[in-house]
Amino acid sequence: MMGESTTKPSNEAFLWLLFSAGGVVAAVLIPIQLFLFGLAFPLGWLPQPSYEHLMALLYSPLARLYLLVMCSLPLFHWAHRFRFTLYDGLQVKHLNEVIFAFCYGGALLGTVLAAYLLWSI
Amino acid sequence: MTDEVMTNQGVTDQAARSEFHPRWYRERVSTWWWLGEWHYLKFILRELTSISVAWFVVLTLFQLRALWHGPETYARFTGRLQSPAMIALNLIAFCFVMFHAITWFNLAPRAMPVRMGGKRVPEFLVAAPNYVLWIAVSVFVGWLLLRTP
Repeated sequence: MMGESTTKPSNEAFLWLLFSAGGVVAAVLIPIQLFLFGLAFPLGWLPQPSYEHLMALLYSPLARLYLLVMCSLPLFHWAHRFRFTLYDGLQVKHLNEVIFAFCYGGALLGTVLAAYLLWSI
Repeated sequence: MTDEVMTNQGVTDQAARSEFHPRWYRERVSTWWWLGEWHYLKFILRELTSISVAWFVVLTLFQLRALWHGPETYARFTGRLQSPAMIALNLIAFCFVMFHAITWFNLAPRAMPVRMGGKRVPEFLVAAPNYVLWIAVSVFVGWLLLRTP
């Protein structure tokens, strides 16, 4: 009980930091990315970049770092917000541990997948 | 039986001595408590933007996987994005992500009120740099993707 009460606040602060950083990354980067790849290119409003062009961009380590940050931090942002949505929105506090594991496990898994893909491309 | 009824009825005066704490009457809050008022609805909508954020990341991971597999797989991936269902999904996700971005940028002056010469700087001036950065980054990303090599 003592241990829990002393470690929990610092954990929460760290997770909140990830949430906050992810919120900034999601706000700045995702709208343009989603607009281009999800709407403008498929609908033909703008010319689709070729496979070769994208691979040439991915050749740069900076672009890979950019994509890793763009995938990872927003997932931790999601994990924080989504778990509180489930806690408060649906009032399922008795499932706290399961929700916590699902959210942060998902964020970690996504980060590992992104790192693996970007490393091996 | 009568004894039991007696003890149950006497719960208020026996509360201090009782082994079990009496359960006070509490009205259960409905699961849909956030539908009643715009303020609450906005809060929940903002919380739900996180689903769109996660959706975008999943989409990006699939895109990277398709790129990793080669040009044919990537062509199939972009073809799938053209289906009406995907367009609709991405349109909804885009609206939510814009909602997140705008509410997030507007939060900055609330979280960090700036004072100058004893006066509080108007909120839109504190939020302005966020928007400038947002537009600059968006233009740069667009330029990288659209320029003809």
